[in-house]
Amino acid sequence: MVEMVMKFSLICFSFSMLGLVYRLIKGPTVPDRVVALDAIGINLVAIIAILSMLLRTNEFLDVILLMGILAFIGTIGFAKFLEKGEIIEYDRHR
Amino acid sequence: MSLLHIAIFSPFLMAILVPLFYKGLRRIHTGWFVLILPIVLFTYFLQLLPVTRDNQAIQKSFDWIPSLGISFTAYVDGLGLLFALLITGIGALVVLYSIFYLSKEKEKLHNFYVYLLMFMGAMLGVVLSDNLITLYMFWELTSISSFLLIAYWYDRDRSRYGALKSMLITVFGGLAMLGGFLLLSIMGDTFSIRELIAQASELNDHPLFLLALLLVLIGAFTKSAQFPFYIWLPDAMEAPTPVSAYLHSATMVKAGIYLVARMSPIFAFSEYWFWLVGGVGIFTLFWGSFNAVKQTDLKGILAFSTVSQLGLIMSLLGVGAAALQFDGIDDNIYTAATIAAVFHLINHATFKGSLFMVVGIVDHETGTRDIRKLGGLLSLMPITFTVAVIGAFSMAGLPPFNGFLSKEMFFTGMIQLLELDLFNLQTWGLLFPVLAWVGSVFTFIYSMMIVFKTFTGKYQPEKLEKTPHEAPIGMLIPPIILAALVVVFGIFPNILSYNLIQPAVAAIIPSLVEPGEKIPVHISHWHGFSPELKMTIGVVALGAIMYITLNKWIKVYNIFPNKVTINALYDTSLYAAERGSYTLTKSVMTGYIRTYLVYIFVFFIGMLGFTMWTEDAFTMDTSNLAPIGIYEVALVLLIVLATFTILVAKSRLTSIVALGAVGYTVSLFFVIFRAPDLALTQLVIETVSVALFLLCFYHLPKLSRHEERMRFKLGNLLISAGVGIVVTLIAISAHSTKMFESISKYYIENTYDKAGGENMVNVILVDFRGFDTLFEVCVLGIAALGIYGLIKLRLEKKGGVIDENK
Repeated sequence: MVEMVMKFSLICFSFSMLGLVYRLIKGPTVPDRVVALDAIGINLVAIIAILSMLLRTNEFLDVILLMGILAFIGTIGFAKFLEKGEIIEYDRHR
Repeated sequence: MSLLHIAIFSPFLMAILVPLFYKGLRRIHTGWFVLILPIVLFTYFLQLLPVTRDNQAIQKSFDWIPSLGISFTAYVDGLGLLFALLITGIGALVVLYSIFYLSKEKEKLHNFYVYLLMFMGAMLGVVLSDNLITLYMFWELTSISSFLLIAYWYDRDRSRYGALKSMLITVFGGLAMLGGFLLLSIMGDTFSIRELIAQASELNDHPLFLLALLLVLIGAFTKSAQFPFYIWLPDAMEAPTPVSAYLHSATMVKAGIYLVARMSPIFAFSEYWFWLVGGVGIFTLFWGSFNAVKQTDLKGILAFSTVSQLGLIMSLLGVGAAALQFDGIDDNIYTAATIAAVFHLINHATFKGSLFMVVGIVDHETGTRDIRKLGGLLSLMPITFTVAVIGAFSMAGLPPFNGFLSKEMFFTGMIQLLELDLFNLQTWGLLFPVLAWVGSVFTFIYSMMIVFKTFTGKYQPEKLEKTPHEAPIGMLIPPIILAALVVVFGIFPNILSYNLIQPAVAAIIPSLVEPGEKIPVHISHWHGFSPELKMTIGVVALGAIMYITLNKWIKVYNIFPNKVTINALYDTSLYAAERGSYTLTKSVMTGYIRTYLVYIFVFFIGMLGFTMWTEDAFTMDTSNLAPIGIYEVALVLLIVLATFTILVAKSRLTSIVALGAVGYTVSLFFVIFRAPDLALTQLVIETVSVALFLLCFYHLPKLSRHEERMRFKLGNLLISAGVGIVVTLIAISAHSTKMFESISKYYIENTYDKAGGENMVNVILVDFRGFDTLFEVCVLGIAALGIYGLIKLRLEKKGGVIDENK
């Protein structure tokens, strides 16, 4: 029963991924795409979590954490890039 | 290391000392120091005469590379000693001559004598080696030192051209000869000539025999300037005259003769040997003498005459092989040809050496060698004239000089062929005496040209650069000695018969000589009113008439256009080879990485596909496949979609994002296939590299940011599809043919027990196979340093223009 539920939720996440991918490709502005990408990352976290439950292992918890961090850093990076035009600023007062 | 070895190596040792003499003792001409060596060597080799006179030989061995059977075995028999005496004797005279010919102040004497001594040592090594590899080594040394000597005046264009030409041709021959030698050593399982001769009859039936024969003959023909390889010799005349006299008349060009003579016991039973050596020789005789007549440069005449005389000796050696078809030597008249060959070899060295020196004197004293400018030097240079007359008349074959005797014997050898019922000689044999006779007529003509066009006729002082006068005595002594020898050998030929000629002939045809027996060699002046004498009379008569009427028929030579000569062939083929390889390289190496990738991938497809096809290697075994789950299918669809997007995307940005999608999907695959460490690493790396791609994209110049689709090219599609198909097929086949179990069981069992870890991947990385990891770390370090260097190091910006290529 639990397994059925998990499979069902996997399929749901997959569909939501598809929708996000559509937004990623279509999304008229860059911020649209960045948000879509961020959401894809979080979706991936969910998928991996369910997968590791299905595979009955806790080895992939690291991956989940890492995904979270990467999605965050990536989104911050993009945001800064869109804001200032560069990600790592040149320090004049070195 | 015996005394004999020291004798052979002494010129090389001396060559080391020459620059010291040159720098240290500037006031004395370096040649005087050098002169001592050939004289000492000559007397040393004279001492060995009593040994070889009884057909004995001296053999001294010195291990060089014993594990490969290569030793430096010095072997002195009649033939080797004859050459050694020629090399050292004429070498001494040439050194003496060069002392007066080359000026102490203007010339780089140390170069000259180093090269000359190198050559002398190499030549001694060639004629006294019994080991094929050693012989080849010295052979190439003669080529190299001859190259250096021809280009002695390296600031002249013609010298460099001549040196290059002779180098290319003789080294080509040398390499062919090495091939022949290796075949011989494969056939006989030894590098020793002596041991090969001992098994000559077995070698004759070997399948490699003919190939070895041809290759060795190419070596001999190129070195001895036989048709069609003679073309380097006339161009080698740009060398200083002592070099021409020494190398290109008396010694190096006879290395091929020596090789043919030395190899005769192995090859001479063969019909091919007879026809190739004899036929090429006789044609070279005719062709060389025919071409000599049209030359206007004295050294040109002498060069072609050398070609022609070498052809004579070569043809005699070839024809002499006929003697081997008969047993015994008592009534074997065919040995006459070999005797004549050896006798003429000595004669040619004497008269040609003296003639070259005469030409050198004329050149030195008048400033020109052109016979159209020379004339009337008789009263000014009487001694030179006398020497020239002796040399040229001997070359023409007039009594009482030695050339007369050897020419008579040459005719004898050629006529005897007519009675021979061998090798189809009945039909083609007539060519030999006819060509020999015609060649002799031309020989007579150009010999007369050398003497009379130079020394008689009208004296034209206005055309000469210097006021001619007799040469200094030191320059005259060597040609006088040689001319004296010409006369002495002409009048008393039999002092040579049993001392030099008989042992040499016995070495060329050893199978006919019983131990303790001697070949009857008796050279007589008058052997009745024979056909040979009539032929000689005919030569003189026709030659004289033709010489007098030379101006009337010299136009004959204009019939042959310059474009169809062998020289033109050499030049055009060299040019075509250069152009051809240039065009080929140009068309293959386009400079586009795209083209090279096409080559690589096409080769990849061809090679692997061909192997798969011919080996019938494709197998498919589905028994050990795992079931396919729904997630795998979904991820595969995703990755295919992303890949397709990369290919058809309109903008580069889309491609980069799609590439990132591929990477993340791969990390999902790692999750599904239970590889958490890989998934972690893949995620981070993918993020970093996508960021780097974005960085590159951001910094693209505005101009080349084409927002357009990748263009479709059918060739690219075929190649990429081919690569994909081939790799897939190989992967399927490889998976289907598991030869043995995986070794992973060991790791599973021992990860905790032996290495004390639970994460197997990490234990393998740092414990079981930590060595690889070390160098992966190195790779990353190098990459980081490299990127830092690329960014920071900007040489061209530091102070103006600095070219990094410098």
